[in-house]
Amino acid sequence: MSETGALPLEAIQSEAEPEPKRVHPFWMTLRRLFRHRLFVTGLILFGIIAFMAAAAPWITDINPNRLSMRNKFLPPGGDFVLGTDNFGRSLWSRVVWGARLSVIIGVSVVALNAVFGTLIGALAGYFRRLDNVLMRINDALMAFPAILLAIGVTAMLGPSTANVIIALGIVYVPRTARIVRASVIVLREMEYVQAAVAAGAGHWRILRRHILPNAMAPMIVQLSFLFAYAVLSEATLSFLGLGAVPPTPTWGNIMAEGRDFMRDAPWIIAIPGVTLMITVLGLNMLGDGLRDVLDPRLRIQQ
Amino acid sequence: MLSVALRRIASAVPVLLLVSLITFGMMRLIPGDPAAAIAGLSATPQQVAQIRADLGLDEPFLVQLGRWYGGMLQGDLGRSILMGKGVAAVTMERLPVTLALSAYALVLTLVIGLLAGIVAALRQNTVIDQFAMMFAMIGISVPSFFLGLLMIIVFAVRLGWLPTGGYIPLTEDPWGWFVTSTMPAISLALLQAGLLARITRSTMLEVLRQDYIRTARAKGLPARQVVFKHALTNALIPITTVVGIIISLLLSGAVVTEALFSIPGIGGLLTQAVLNRDYPMVQGGLLLVTAFLVLVNIGIDMLYAFLDPRVRYE
Amino acid sequence: MSLLEIQGLTTAFRTERGEINAVEDISFNLDQGEILGIVGESGSGKSVTALTVMGLLPQPPARIRSGSIRFAGQELTTLSDRQMQKIRGPGIAMIFQEPMTSLNPVFPIGEQIMETIRAHERLSPRALRDRAVQLLEKVGIPSPTRRLDDYPHQLSGGQRQRVMIAIALACNPKLLIADEPTTALDVTIQAQILDLLLDLRDEFGMAIMIITHNMGVVAETADRVMVMYAGRVVEQAPVETVFDQPLHPYTRGLLDCVPSLSADRPRLVAIPGNLPEPARRPSGCRFRPRCNLAIPACAQVVPPLDDHAPAHSAACIRVPELAAR
Repeated sequence: MSETGALPLEAIQSEAEPEPKRVHPFWMTLRRLFRHRLFVTGLILFGIIAFMAAAAPWITDINPNRLSMRNKFLPPGGDFVLGTDNFGRSLWSRVVWGARLSVIIGVSVVALNAVFGTLIGALAGYFRRLDNVLMRINDALMAFPAILLAIGVTAMLGPSTANVIIALGIVYVPRTARIVRASVIVLREMEYVQAAVAAGAGHWRILRRHILPNAMAPMIVQLSFLFAYAVLSEATLSFLGLGAVPPTPTWGNIMAEGRDFMRDAPWIIAIPGVTLMITVLGLNMLGDGLRDVLDPRLRIQQ
Repeated sequence: MLSVALRRIASAVPVLLLVSLITFGMMRLIPGDPAAAIAGLSATPQQVAQIRADLGLDEPFLVQLGRWYGGMLQGDLGRSILMGKGVAAVTMERLPVTLALSAYALVLTLVIGLLAGIVAALRQNTVIDQFAMMFAMIGISVPSFFLGLLMIIVFAVRLGWLPTGGYIPLTEDPWGWFVTSTMPAISLALLQAGLLARITRSTMLEVLRQDYIRTARAKGLPARQVVFKHALTNALIPITTVVGIIISLLLSGAVVTEALFSIPGIGGLLTQAVLNRDYPMVQGGLLLVTAFLVLVNIGIDMLYAFLDPRVRYE
Repeated sequence: MSLLEIQGLTTAFRTERGEINAVEDISFNLDQGEILGIVGESGSGKSVTALTVMGLLPQPPARIRSGSIRFAGQELTTLSDRQMQKIRGPGIAMIFQEPMTSLNPVFPIGEQIMETIRAHERLSPRALRDRAVQLLEKVGIPSPTRRLDDYPHQLSGGQRQRVMIAIALACNPKLLIADEPTTALDVTIQAQILDLLLDLRDEFGMAIMIITHNMGVVAETADRVMVMYAGRVVEQAPVETVFDQPLHPYTRGLLDCVPSLSADRPRLVAIPGNLPEPARRPSGCRFRPRCNLAIPACAQVVPPLDDHAPAHSAACIRVPELAAR
């Protein structure tokens, strides 16, 4: 926008951006991220969950599936930090091991999307011939309501952790591919890419060297939100009895089992529920922060 | 306008064909023999063979595919094993329940989401804005089934204000329906309301920065007219598209909410079908819901064209 | 008394690094029926000056730090937004650079003209419509009755700018601010729009403040010229004087950039370097780093805008010395 745009302030602010020394853009971005309050809050929240997941064997001393009928329905506080469920299992252990499963599923779904979403999106965006076919299939998959499709696929495959990952992959890869495709289409028309084409660079090289690195920003933002959706969807599926089979501790499983006792032992639902909320909240904040910093078009707004 | 409609309907046809192909293919995802999976472990070989014949699984692939599409054209989506009735009939019976709940939730979503988003944009960077956006952030982060459970614990179990479940059909007793549907609708609407508030805010901010808003102010129009006539009319155009996504999310969410509050809608039907391995029911229900969504989206595109003269006169 | 009197106006923006003056200590007058050309590069503060007069800068982050704006004897800087609404339209109207985006895409152009009148006058729907048709006719839109219900996207860029002018004229303003009114248009259309503005001035006797970076536009339209650099006025003079005897080195540089036949936008290649960022303006004279006549003394003080001839002022400490040579 020129000087006569609606807000001359933008020009002033962007020009006033400090550049004391030539710092590598990566460090500049990192510094901006760590100044972003939402991002930092999100990082801390998610960091706690990620730590629980990684350190599960060392921070729990009771097997999450150990039954102890003597200790059932113990409220939080006391010998069991977070109390026990209807079988006297330690909720701390179960929630921590549940975190591990959630993070594993989140990471796997994100990885699937990073690989296949990028591949499909790049092919569709770069090769016009493929675009039509790939995007039609994409459109069809995206026409299904997300959770319903995941339910349908896991129903067919059978309930298990691996199948949940596959189902969520099928649901979300088309959405990621769409986003990658959109950036690739824009980048493909950029002058420097056209110059590379004119210089006789091969398709593969152009995609890898010139297009994909520049399409990363919206993709990273998408993946952080995707992590949140994946964790949320997994919890929903296992709450409905379609995730990992009980007694495997997943947050959804714990809550489903706690339903029958919510009158007298509401903590069985509340503890995994709040943990799940913190995870998703943290990831959403992380995503918002990344979007503000990485996507320059949206950054201006704040 | 008519050409927009025709073009949109034409582009929906291949999507619907593919959607039904995908649902057809889903049965092939079942590891091993679907008939055996449906029959269960205790079934005799005769029973398994009977099921296989009923589902037409003993016929060649192409014949099955032809049957699937042929049936679809006649509105026949197979038979539910659990209910012993046609899938289409059962779905149509339950669909109004889900639609009523979704409509209630949609109204809540639109009122809360649009209001919060507009106010936040107009009061950008104030406490009101921050509060609204915090609410929206929590909204998109709380799983609806957790919110539903919390509400049951607080409002039904502890306070006794609302019933824990016990659905009353709208046609029998509208007030009873309203009372029993309020908790489900709120738990269903929160996520979408948060989403809509965030999008409405950013869209409004984007629109408020446009040159024509500056023109409207330069004309000496009152602030109210600048915001509600010039800004909101333009902001509603992209928001319309989001409503399509929201309806899709509502139908998704209804599955969980209905299971939680024992509401006899599509969601409950599909969950039961899934848990009882009623695969034809899962297939057909999924197909019908998705087809319905495709139709809704055509409607939304028409609304979009109606709101935006640039599209209308194309 | 002049129509518009601006004294020592300073407009600042709040940024992450404190307040920055976008426009600093600006003073000028504009008489009834006069056309003033404000010239400068992007970022020189021309548009901020115009938007400050209109009261259209978002506050915050913008703020008038000091100075006064008197329009037809009334002080504008102390008016509330509601009071300013009454000035915008019948008092001061404005047209913008981007005719493509300055009209609201979802309303017919007739409605966009009529709502302007409706905001300031009570007229019957019939009379409103007639007035809108007259205005479109006035700005040279063919068969105006039929175009009333057209949407902006159905018009060409030149026609849209004409509609913008019709909107600006809707309430017979005393002052019209035209911010780069022709920059986004084709050369042939540019000339037509400028002619239209001159005709309208003759017909209605309104004053026009025309903001541009194009010296050619100034030469064609303005009675008087004000040159801005980095938020300050560097030279002010009648148009002939500026072209014949420019005093400030920056003005001279600008004149060197005017292409012989205004084929396309002149790029300011004749002046080395760029406009300094507002946060890092040099001490003393802001043009110093780009000036081939700069001496150490230029870094000491901000040069005042001194009169060097009747109605001719410039802000450069070397003017008397160089004139003597």
